Parts: sequence; structure tokens; C-alpha cells
Amino acid sequence: MDLYEYQARDIFEAQGVPVLRGITATTAEEARTAAAELGTPVVVVKAQVKTGGRGKAGGVKIARSPDEAAARAEEILGLDIKGHVVQTVMVTEGADIAEEYYFSVLLDRANRRYLAMCSKEGGMEIEQLAVERPEALARIPVDPVVGIDQAKADEIVAAAGFDAADAAELARVFQLLGKVYVETDATLVEVNPLVKTGSGSIVALDGKVSLDENADFRHPGNEALVDSSASDPLENAAKEKGLNYVKLDGSVGIIGNGAGLVMSTLDVVAYAGEQVAGHPKPANFLDIGGGASAEVMANGLEIILGDAQVKSVFVNVFGGITACDAVANGIVQAFQLLEGRGEAVTKPLVVRLDGNNAEEGRRILTEAALPGLEQVDTMDGAAKRAAELAAN
Amino acid sequence: MAIFLTNESKVIVQGMTGSEGRKHTSRMLASGTAVVGGVTPGKGGQSVDFGSTAVPVFNSVGEAMAATGADVTVIFVPAKFTKAAVVEAVEAEIPLAVVITEGVPVKDTAEFFTLSQGSKTRLIGPNCPGLISPGQSNAGIIPADITKAGRVGLVSKSGTLTYQMMYELRDFGFSTALGIGGDPIIGTTHIDALQAFQDDPDTDAIVMIGEIGGDAEERAADYIKANVTKPVVGYVAGFTAPEGKTMGHAGAIVSGSSGTAAAKQEALEAAGVRVGKTPSETAQLMREIMQSVAG
Repeated sequence: MDLYEYQARDIFEAQGVPVLRGITATTAEEARTAAAELGTPVVVVKAQVKTGGRGKAGGVKIARSPDEAAARAEEILGLDIKGHVVQTVMVTEGADIAEEYYFSVLLDRANRRYLAMCSKEGGMEIEQLAVERPEALARIPVDPVVGIDQAKADEIVAAAGFDAADAAELARVFQLLGKVYVETDATLVEVNPLVKTGSGSIVALDGKVSLDENADFRHPGNEALVDSSASDPLENAAKEKGLNYVKLDGSVGIIGNGAGLVMSTLDVVAYAGEQVAGHPKPANFLDIGGGASAEVMANGLEIILGDAQVKSVFVNVFGGITACDAVANGIVQAFQLLEGRGEAVTKPLVVRLDGNNAEEGRRILTEAALPGLEQVDTMDGAAKRAAELAAN
Repeated sequence: MAIFLTNESKVIVQGMTGSEGRKHTSRMLASGTAVVGGVTPGKGGQSVDFGSTAVPVFNSVGEAMAATGADVTVIFVPAKFTKAAVVEAVEAEIPLAVVITEGVPVKDTAEFFTLSQGSKTRLIGPNCPGLISPGQSNAGIIPADITKAGRVGLVSKSGTLTYQMMYELRDFGFSTALGIGGDPIIGTTHIDALQAFQDDPDTDAIVMIGEIGGDAEERAADYIKANVTKPVVGYVAGFTAPEGKTMGHAGAIVSGSSGTAAAKQEALEAAGVRVGKTPSETAQLMREIMQSVAG
């Protein structure tokens, strides 16, 4: 889960990382109040969006009075930044920036450990710096068992080539950011820019934090960080039902068991769609997991049928641990459940069952003669049929 | 032979007394696996009855190994306790630890993987279906009755695609089918499996299944080019996955150009691997290879 800057700022503050005071606002009026409360001669109004490049998009503006802060917030709220509409701004104290640095610590998948990256040249697009002048971006491996201790922090400071005068304070801040990474179960903590002010103090002026949702059981407070307003309503409904669903922009609804098989199903449907009129594409990713019980199947169908874009549905199940006869019975019961909920299945459904007890599963579906349900025995063939049914 | 798991493997199950552990121990026994013990702290001395077999429970992995000579552990304990269970297995120096549990925090995996480096334990997983050497042994949750013993080796990030491919090629059968899991950090990698299959005299050809995210497939392609002489066919899932969206597996997330399915396919093809467009087409490519090997 990616956090907003203000959420990252709060976490930094709680761990003792030096940050500026900041107050969120969702209206111009709130921004005026926030600026007055901060009371500094200069404030900065910053769009809160989970994407980069907000400065260039006009999402960060300076204000020299509460009235100006309100005016700037008015301009920024509602702005569309790379598809993210700004709902919230953060009003922060102005900073007297002398120098801008970059620091991050993240999961290094390839080497199966953590990686700290640091540069004396922060502020700009770090990807660009990494490509154009890789020597200016220090990359220091971090042992997951040890984390960023004093020795590691000193190593980072030295590798990035900081002045001796700033070394002690930077090493202290890097250790604190390392602590944020470990204690919040983050997969990314990034500060760009980390600044040195005119008076020589080090301050995190921005923050990007991504948290590992698998670790939510250790962080009950994380629930409050979830922002459902930003995601798709169908995705929210699916999440409430415990379904692993991602909305896409197509017309063939997809249900399958196992993330890999469902991803593969999307691809196979997309290929099949290239061959028919209108080139229908997959409408979603939905993994109902290994069990594929009637209730889960019904919930899954309900979500997909609730997507107005969907013209046909492809149910692709491989019977492994759960044999196909159980899956077939699940589908039959799912139709009954949906009818009971007043949401009868009205769109054509293509079912492919394969694996354990496939023949028995197919027989059950044939006998049930469910309205609009067709069976095709191969994954490629079923994908083709589902695409045809969604063609125009 | 086979890789990592043979008819001589003696398997213990950490978390055998839990519902998942019990269910899958029963299935492992049914497919002929020598399950010699279970480990549940505090329940040592008890035994669990699986029809005709009573499997003893031990308090620790070390105790179980001393009493039974176990050399494989399959871990079903809940995500909260997985790190402790793996650390215990590594410290007991069991040769193979298969971590089935899904939803393990990546920090925990990073820590126990680091501890396993340089130890005597090979880790598989977490969040994986385990591995099966059909007709010999089955360590994990892979259904045993969808394929047979044969001479194809299979390594896959995804569980259900593993099953799909085992089933598609059930006429040829497998030496070992291995699901390595799709988490951001995993123990045994595609490269480890490719190396083992290359060295296994009972494997003639290899199917490698990957998916979007990370660069494991690209690195595997480099490895194949330099080290693998047996024929390899590949499949990559996730061509239509949009950028920045997580599709189930924590690892299957696309960010930027590296890690896309197209990049992986290109890397594999450049290494001489034939890549199928669909699982069935991939199976067909392998079928052609096996027919020419047999002929």
C-alpha cells in the first residue's frame, strides 16, 4: 500500500525523523486556517497524490499569507495529475533550502536483501540521475538482519560523498529512516528531497512510503491509512467480500482460481479478442483461490455482473485440490444464491473445467442446464468463445 | 532420480496438527510420501492418526530429525509464526525446508532467507505449492493424481499454472514439478531449479513458467544461455496486466519497463528458449521436443 505524503510525514515525525509542520486541508477555507495556524511568513501548499511529478503539474505552490494559501489550494484541489484527482492538500511551513539530497531504502528483489540509495544531488527526477550519471547515486546493500546501524549509516554517508561537517547528523537521520523502514514493515521509504537548511539542519521535505500489506497483522493502525475514495467502487466492493479483484477496461469478465492461472487467462482472452470484431479485452482480474466454494463463486459473479462494461463472463477453473465436481456444484449453487439475492445471471457465461474429476464436473453443469451457460473443454477454446460473445 | 525430493526423502510437517497441515499431510501420505513426523511445540509425544498410519508429533524440528532421520520439512504454520518456524528448521540444519504459507511479511522472508544463506538448508517458497517427484514423494499441496512420473522437469512461480502444465503433459509425465512461489523474495529460484534439472540424469527437458514482476526470468535466460544444454520451453503470464497493479502474487507487480512479460519473453527467446503464447501452446512445444527425444 502506497501512502500519501502527509501519512509518511506523520510516520517520520513519530520516529523522530526531522520534518516540517504540516496540516492537511480538503477545502480552500481549511487551507487558509492551516496557514494561519502554522503562522510562518511563507507556507507551501502541496497536492496529496500517489504519483510523481506533481511539482511540474502545478501541484506544489508557495503562499505568503493565509489568503494566498486559500487561493493556491483552490487552484490545486480538483487538479488532475496523471489521472489522480487532488482531493487533499498539505499546507506546510516554508523551508530555507540550502542543498537538496536524495535518500531511499527499499526491497532489493534480485539480491534478496535491502538496498539504500543516496545522492548529494536530490530534488530532480532520480531515475534520470540514475541513468545519466549513475556515479552520482550511491547504492549500498543493507543486510536485512542488521538493518541500517551506525556503521551502515556511516558507509552510506561516505559513499554519497557528503561533507564531514554534515556526516554525523545525516548518519543519524539515515538510521532513523532505516528504523521507519523496519518498524512499519515498509518495502520503500524514499525522501526526495532531504534538505539542508540555511541554518545547517537536515529535514525530510517529502516522503514516499509503501507498506507491505502482508504485515498488516502487526500494524492494526494501518487500516486507518487505507484510502478507499481513490480506488474503483467495484474494487472496494470486492475487497469487502475478501475477493482478489482488479478492475480493467474491457468487456470479458474473468473468474479463475490461482493468481498465475488468472493472469494467464487474461492474456489468452486478449489474444482471442484480437481475432474478433471490436477486439474485446478482459474486464478484470479475479482470483477466487483454491477452494472455489459456492459462496465465493457467487460473490465473484456478483461483482463481475455488477460491471456494466461486461458482456460475457469466462469462468476458468483448474480442479487440483478442489476437484471439478465440487467446483461445478459451486457454480450451480452460485446461480441459485444470486437468484435469491435478486441478481439472476443475465449475461452469457463460458465455463472451462479441467483437471481432477473434470468429466463429472462437466456432467453436473450439463444436467443443470443453467441459462446462458456454455461449456468449452479447453482454455484456449473457451477464451475464444467468451471473446466472440463479447464481440460487436 | 529427480531434483531435491526422491523416494528416499523423509518428510516432517511443521504445523501438522493444524487444519491445513492435517489435510495436506493426509494427501501427502496418500500419494506415497514418507511422512515420518510432525512438529508442534508443546504437543510432542502425541501422534496424529491418518487412517492406517499414525504419525508421531515432536516438539521441535531437531527432536524430529534425531528420532526419524527426516531430511525435508514442509511448513504450514500461519504467517505470523512462519519466520520462527523457518529459523528453527534452518538452525536444525534440515537439508530442505518447503514453506507453503502465504501472506508472509516480506521483512520476515528477507530475514529468514538471509539466515539460510551459507547454512545447510535449501529453502523453497514461501507462498508456494511445494514440489512433487511423481511416484516418489510429494512435499506440499500439489495434487498428485493429475500427472505421472516421466522425464520432463517443471519449475513455476505459479501454483495453478504448475497444475495446468502437469495436467497438459500428463502423457509424458514429470521427473519433478516445482512451484517456487511468486513472492518478492523466494528461497529457491528458477536458476537453482534449472541447474538441478540440467544435472539430473532423469530429466530430458525443462518447462519454465514465469510471470510479470522482478527480473528473475531475465536472469534465468542468461543462465540458460551459458549453462543449460537440455531443451527448455517457457511460458510467461501477465502480458495484459496493467502497470502498477498488483495481481494477487505480491511479486507480480509491474513498475516501469523492466519486469514486463514482453521483456521476459524477449530475454528467454534470445537465450534459445521457445516461448508459448498460451499454456496449451507451451505444452505442445514440449510435446514436440519429447517426441523427438523419444524418436
